[in-house]
Order: sequence, then structure tokens, then C-alpha cells
Amino acid sequence: MPQTLSYLRESASQTAGPFVHIGLAPGAAGFDIYRQELGHDIAGPNAKGTRIRVEGVVIDGMGSPVKDVLLEVWQANADGHYAHPESGTVEDGFRGWGRVITDFDSGEWSFDTVKPGPVAGRNGTVQAPHLNLWIVARGINIGLNTRMYFPDEAKANGRDPVLNLIEWDNRRATLIAALHQDGDIPVYRFEIRLQGEGETVFFDI
Amino acid sequence: MTPADFYQRDRRLHPPALTPDYKTSVARSPRYSMISLENTVSEVTGPTFGHGDIDPIDNDLISNYAHTGDPVGERIIVHGRVLDENARPVPGTLVEIWQANAGGRYRHKKDSYLAPIDPNFGGCGRTLTDQNGQYAFRTVKPGAYPWRNWVNNWRPAHIHVSVFGTAFAQRLITQLYFEGDPLIPKCPIVQTIPDPEAIEQLIAKLDLNATIPLDSIAYKFDIVLRGRRSTWFENRPEGN
Ligand SMILES: [Fe+3]
Repeated sequence: MPQTLSYLRESASQTAGPFVHIGLAPGAAGFDIYRQELGHDIAGPNAKGTRIRVEGVVIDGMGSPVKDVLLEVWQANADGHYAHPESGTVEDGFRGWGRVITDFDSGEWSFDTVKPGPVAGRNGTVQAPHLNLWIVARGINIGLNTRMYFPDEAKANGRDPVLNLIEWDNRRATLIAALHQDGDIPVYRFEIRLQGEGETVFFDI
Repeated sequence: MTPADFYQRDRRLHPPALTPDYKTSVARSPRYSMISLENTVSEVTGPTFGHGDIDPIDNDLISNYAHTGDPVGERIIVHGRVLDENARPVPGTLVEIWQANAGGRYRHKKDSYLAPIDPNFGGCGRTLTDQNGQYAFRTVKPGAYPWRNWVNNWRPAHIHVSVFGTAFAQRLITQLYFEGDPLIPKCPIVQTIPDPEAIEQLIAKLDLNATIPLDSIAYKFDIVLRGRRSTWFENRPEGN
């Protein structure tokens, strides 16, 4: 059959549902099955750069925390390289990927990592340091992609080609975390609002 | 050099965020348009996993949580390939599944359905695809279960499936349904998908050739991830 396109079509997404933990974080579901669960150690012991903590909460359209959400984070190392064959080399043990679950009572989540460096952008541009986040939960039909940027990178953020795609200042601000200090550790707090006032920017990547 | 971009995701085959018949989506759906983002290195790269991350038994749900014997239920094999939209196999990618037991009950501290927990069934598995993108799990067929949406909603038998692919842009969670299940067209979660062919693509087919005679029946389920552009014409060598 000439002139027939033979592409397949992507499988449709379905919600991860309320019991996503069984598959992706069984310890949180209440049982122990695997030798090791994946995604707990994002940076590894050898990573260069500043050790940081990232914490936050996902808030629904009613203003309530989403207590059964699961997030995945994907980030570059301090040199701006991803742990991927085509993105340069990274420290031994640096994975740059993590899986984050919430406290079932409060919806609060947090993880420890290193601060990423600036990353190459398209057409010779430079992207400000950022974390790529993917959010799934009951009631979310297709995983939501967003990014967290750092408040102490105002200059780089101002030139970031992705932030600059967002024409509204107030919406751009939804992607920038708040910084406080916990002893020696810088803590970046990132509240993700699914809907309503201050709705976080999500990306169609 | 940065890997090539992915084809744009066809948002008309995926469920939209707001699907009022699936009530939980109402308060959890963004209302503003997403910002369309041309792929950067942040999207075209993604985590990789190896055989050191998982164990061979992890894909056998009949034995990976067995304590006093095999779990109760219809023994099945679920197998298929992970492909991209160019019909190329995706080798070495992590596939994770989770499901209810044969009675429709999940091993989760938040599941309170009256059907009993099976002491020999955990309900999760994971595996890496082989060089041909092939994967297989052995498990028991999950039962249908009721859920609170309307007063009388029942989920069709299903297995939740999570796939990584080669990049963060390909990350996907979906659900596998079973051929012939009369609950499929009645389920508000299935029906969040606006495209009937896209629903059909999530229904695993009975595959008698892949059964183990006198032991386990088989279903075939191929998973398709976003395809990637070829790099035959690199007309913007700086960047891309
Ligand atoms: Fe389910």
C-alpha cells in the first residue's frame, strides 16, 4: 500500500489511580517485596555541587493538599549534564532521577539532592538551573509536566528560554521555589497548585 | 550532540485533564492551557535502568510474594512489546505493573474493599524489555472491583502499567484491560479517553499461542510510546 503512513499511535494515558504506590513505591503501600525500591537516591554519594533539600505540597482546586500524589524528578548534575548517554558524563552513582511520595496525612513531600547547573537550551541558548517534575495521582488523567526553578538564580531565570515563553509575570512566578535555610542545608519549597488562584504552569512537552 | 526531538503528543487521543464523569478529576485538573515546549535536553533525556536495579523474580507475580503457596486466581501471562510510533522496539526499558488480586482487592493500606487480601499475592511486578522490546509477566487475572464515583461503578479487570522509554518526554502510565470484558464500555475512567481506537489499543488480546498448556493462559499487550524524529537533515547544526 503506497502512500499509506505506517506510524503507530501512542498508547493513551490512564490515571495512576489511588494505589500507584503498590507498583512504584510498595513500601508506602504497606509491604516489602523488592530487594530495592527505585528512585530514593537522586544524586548519589559522589555528586559535586551544593547539597539541597526540596520540599512542597500539591494543592487541588479546593485548596486542599493532594495526599496521594506521586512525583518524579529528573535533573542535571552541577555541571548541567544529565545521566544519559547523550548528555555528557556524570559522577559515578549520580542518577538524577527520583521518585517522591507524600506523607499520607499531610500531603507534604521532600527529597534531598544537589543543585543542578545551567543546562544547554535550543539554538545555543542556556537554560537556568531547574528540576523537571512529573506528577501523577488519582484524578490526574495524564501525568503533568512542570519545572521548578531556583529563586537565587534571578539573572539566569531572567534569560531562561522556557520561562520566557510564559508571557504573564505572575504565572512565571509559579515555577520559582521559595528558599529558606534549615541549619546548613538550603531548603527550596515548591507548592504546586493544580487549579485555581496561582495555578502552576504545566508544559506540553 | 543532543538526541532528536519527539513527535508532538497527540492530545486528542489522550484523556483531557477535566473529565466530569470521573469526579476526582474535577478538582485536580488544571484549567489554563499548557505551555507548549519544544524539546530541550531536559525532555529528550531520561533515566536508564539496568539488571542491577531489579531481580529476575520481579516479573513473576505468582511467586514474588508467595509465602504459603501460589496466589488464588486464573493464572495468566501478559506479554508484548514496547514500541515507539515508528514501530521500532524500545529495548532495555523499565516496565512496572500493579494490580488487584483475583478478588479485586489491592494490597494497599488505603484499600478497604471487603474482598479479602490474598496472603500470597503482592500485586506488583517490574521488568526490563529485551533487545526486541519484548517483556513478559506471569500473574493472576485481577478481579473487577467497585469504586466510589457514582453509587454503582465497577472497574473492569485491569492492570496498571508504567513505562519509561528512553526520555522523560516518553514517560507514560496507562492501564491494560482484557478482551471481552463487558465493564469496559461502562467505566468512566476508560471513557475519559475520547478516541475509541485509542481505547481499543488498551485492550489486551487473548493469545492462545503464548499460553503454557495446562498451566497459564496468555494475553498480548503492546505498548506504544512517542516516536522520535530522524536526524537525516540537520539544518540547524548549532543547537536542536
Ligand atoms: Fe486499579
